[in-house]
Amino acid sequence: MFRTLWVWIGIPLIMIGIVAAMIIYSVNNPTDSIVERMLTYERVFRVIRQHASLLLISMTGATIVGVLGGIMLSRPSLYRAGRVVETIVNIGQTVPSIAILALFYTILGMGFRVAVFALFLYSILPILRNTFAGIDGVDYSIIEAARGMGMHPLRILTKIELPIAFPIIVAGFRTAIVINVGAATLATFIGGGGLGDLIVTGLAVRREMIILNGAALAALSAILLDYLIGKAEERVVKWS
Amino acid sequence: MIKVEGLTKVFPGQTIPAVKDLNLEIKEGDVCVLVGPSGCGKTTTMKMINRLYEPTGGKVYIRGEDHMKIDPIKLRLDIGYVIQEIGLFPHMTIYENIATVPNEKKWPREKTKEKVEELMHLVGLDPEIFQNRYPTALSGGQRQRVGVARAMVSDPPIMLMDEPFGAVDPITRARLQNEFLRIQERMSKTIVFVTHDIDEAIKMSDTIAVMNEGELIQHDTPSDLLSAPADEFVANLVGRHRSIKRLHLIRVHEILKEVDRTEPLTEDAKKEEVEKQLEDSDLRTVIVVDRDNKLKGVIGASDLKRKAGEVAGDYCHEVSDTVTDDATLNDALSVMLECGVGYVAVVNEDEMYQGTITLGDLLNVVREDS
Amino acid sequence: MDQLLRMIVDLLMTLGNGTLLSTQNEARGDLRETIDWIIRRSDRILDLMVEHLWLVLFTLVIAIVVSVIVGIFISYYETLAQPVLGVCQVLMVIPSIAMLAFMVTIFGIGFTSGVVALVLYSLLPIVRNTYTGIRELDPAILESAKGMGMTERRILFKIKLPLARPVIMAGVRTAAVMMIGIAALAAYVGAGGLGELIFQGIGRGHRPMIIAGAIGVSIIAVAFDYILYYGEKRFSVEGRTREGN
Ligand SMILES: Nc1ncnc2c1ncn2[C@@H]1O[C@H](COP(=O)(O)OP(=O)(O)O)[C@@H](O)[C@H]1O
Ligand SMILES: [Mg+2]
Repeated sequence: MFRTLWVWIGIPLIMIGIVAAMIIYSVNNPTDSIVERMLTYERVFRVIRQHASLLLISMTGATIVGVLGGIMLSRPSLYRAGRVVETIVNIGQTVPSIAILALFYTILGMGFRVAVFALFLYSILPILRNTFAGIDGVDYSIIEAARGMGMHPLRILTKIELPIAFPIIVAGFRTAIVINVGAATLATFIGGGGLGDLIVTGLAVRREMIILNGAALAALSAILLDYLIGKAEERVVKWS
Repeated sequence: MIKVEGLTKVFPGQTIPAVKDLNLEIKEGDVCVLVGPSGCGKTTTMKMINRLYEPTGGKVYIRGEDHMKIDPIKLRLDIGYVIQEIGLFPHMTIYENIATVPNEKKWPREKTKEKVEELMHLVGLDPEIFQNRYPTALSGGQRQRVGVARAMVSDPPIMLMDEPFGAVDPITRARLQNEFLRIQERMSKTIVFVTHDIDEAIKMSDTIAVMNEGELIQHDTPSDLLSAPADEFVANLVGRHRSIKRLHLIRVHEILKEVDRTEPLTEDAKKEEVEKQLEDSDLRTVIVVDRDNKLKGVIGASDLKRKAGEVAGDYCHEVSDTVTDDATLNDALSVMLECGVGYVAVVNEDEMYQGTITLGDLLNVVREDS
Repeated sequence: MDQLLRMIVDLLMTLGNGTLLSTQNEARGDLRETIDWIIRRSDRILDLMVEHLWLVLFTLVIAIVVSVIVGIFISYYETLAQPVLGVCQVLMVIPSIAMLAFMVTIFGIGFTSGVVALVLYSLLPIVRNTYTGIRELDPAILESAKGMGMTERRILFKIKLPLARPVIMAGVRTAAVMMIGIAALAAYVGAGGLGELIFQGIGRGHRPMIIAGAIGVSIIAVAFDYILYYGEKRFSVEGRTREGN
């Protein structure tokens, strides 16, 4: 019980606490007037909010589309298409996130929405691929046993295929979220805001205090999310 | 109960049929064993019966009803199916695995629980110990038991069992076979049982259907098959040592009536009695039972020399292996060979001593036959 | 949820109404313009490409040496394995621009910051694969090597590393592909490379420049992935025996 609390609340709070202390210190003790102007609570909260929206919206969409798409591609009638899509997805994942954002900027222009859209598309890839691979990897004899006992195809999907593929789907989600947090920090380059804003501003005005605060916040968000999903992952599989 | 007419399966992209014009009739309560080399179409035949594969041609009648007219889901829910690869669901506990069909049929929870526990006892898995385990924590033999229990739990009148004892060592396999026969005696289901092992086929079946390259070669009772193989292929399959194979067909209690052997001694027998019987008996061993006629042990000449005691019960030594009276003669033979002695004591289910058979008795059976 | 729906609708509207139509026409113009620009500035693009590759290859060599040594080390000191891999995992999870920013506060603007950040990033895939590649070797092989009287040193160089090489190479491939993307960002902290085109292009609103940079980086990444994938197959032990030499 104590351990659970410590793992799920204790450690995250410590991480947040350290970064929060750093921000409070920096805002209250600016090294000069530029830092004073550029690093305010208001601004910090604004970029956090933007960052959270970027993540939340793009990941929600990507999860829905990725899982549904992966399920659809794993159906026997679409199976061959699934293999093709898998190859395309693998190539798509090789393309660096900054290139994706830059290309979307040339097509759709600047702004938060464009950034969300690019992140959304980019995050679909690992989720889609892992959902497909996870379902595809379920031993066929298991499916056949279920069919032979008279289970409905839909029940086989929800009771057998998805639960067995679940750890792999979660792993895809974890990959997607790590990539997404990283790419979200780049959204600022195409006017999408987010935590990258502080870093880029700091680099532009050459003020280490701003850079450090921005980088610490970005690192915190990524490490924290990865940590929490990793811990959740450990609990997912009790059967192997 | 099951009637197969001209059943044929050609897989897409193949020209040679995997199963060709198969005709078969299985009576209610019978165990029909499909036997044949691997790849001869046994699994394909089974899967056509429960419509996992759609037949290319021919008909299957279940209780006189064309099975293509029955909803496949309903059909399968009423046919227990043990898949060759076992196919346990790795993310479900043993309990949940066995409860699959009841859950599909939306049984009330109490009834499911009762039935699952009953089945676990039936296949020899203690629910207390096993119900919350996952399949990965089981041995091969235990998994196969779960597979059988899962197929039987809703009491389907028909069972399809595809090499259900394939993945276990010979000793466990023999034990599972005997358990199966005991269960079947009570349940009287109509069973199609697949194996590639002719000995298993002879032991388990009421009728044997020999298949080769997709075709049915011969469908007969085991003893007819052994005495009159239809062709070279069947003769080769049953092997040259057919008379020895008959040992699979005969149960111990059947020959026990015929052998005439001295009565066992009770544990309070005097030394002179023991000595006398040692000399008279063709076993060169004395069987000792207790007052309830339970087997107590045996006395050999060396026991008599080494340890002297007042009564036989004091110096008899325990026997490590016995056979039950419903075991086959072949089982008896293996025990003798394993223990390196020329006899084996027979007990019934309650461990009451029934008699003793010797290697000589077995030889007589084989000789009579040929 | 509400916000999400509104967003999607808005996005579709923008795509449908103005942007898409205009981009269709513009795209044709864009393509011309881009090709013209690329031809005109091919010298500079090539220079930047070489710079980019240099940064990646230079770092990759350092990364391989460091990571393989660390991987071997933790395969002997089992208790250190989890902590070391944990730290590497954390390093890799940190957003790349944040990592670069941290490096700038230490090493200042320039090549060094880029190199150090890239090395830190590539630790995890190579260290982890070296470690698992060695750990998952068939114990029977190692035992028989020991039984024949080979020293630990020879076992490492003659048995463990050669047998683990395919796994290590897979890690190198992952690291290399990742580095190409991050190297593009390193341009922002003055490490040079194709990233310069992207950032300058965005700064000036110069589309051909952005497209040249983004596509150039993508091509390098995909090509690296492909080359390393087939190289891995071609030179692996299995690949050689399959071809019968
Ligand atoms: N799903 C399938 N698709 C194509 N060919 C199959 C399929 N299942 C079985 N076969 C072929 O049909 C033949 C009979 O196989 P099977 O019934 O599994 O044999 P058995 O169970 O007797 O070992 C084999 O030649 C096998 O290759
Ligand atoms: Mg088979």
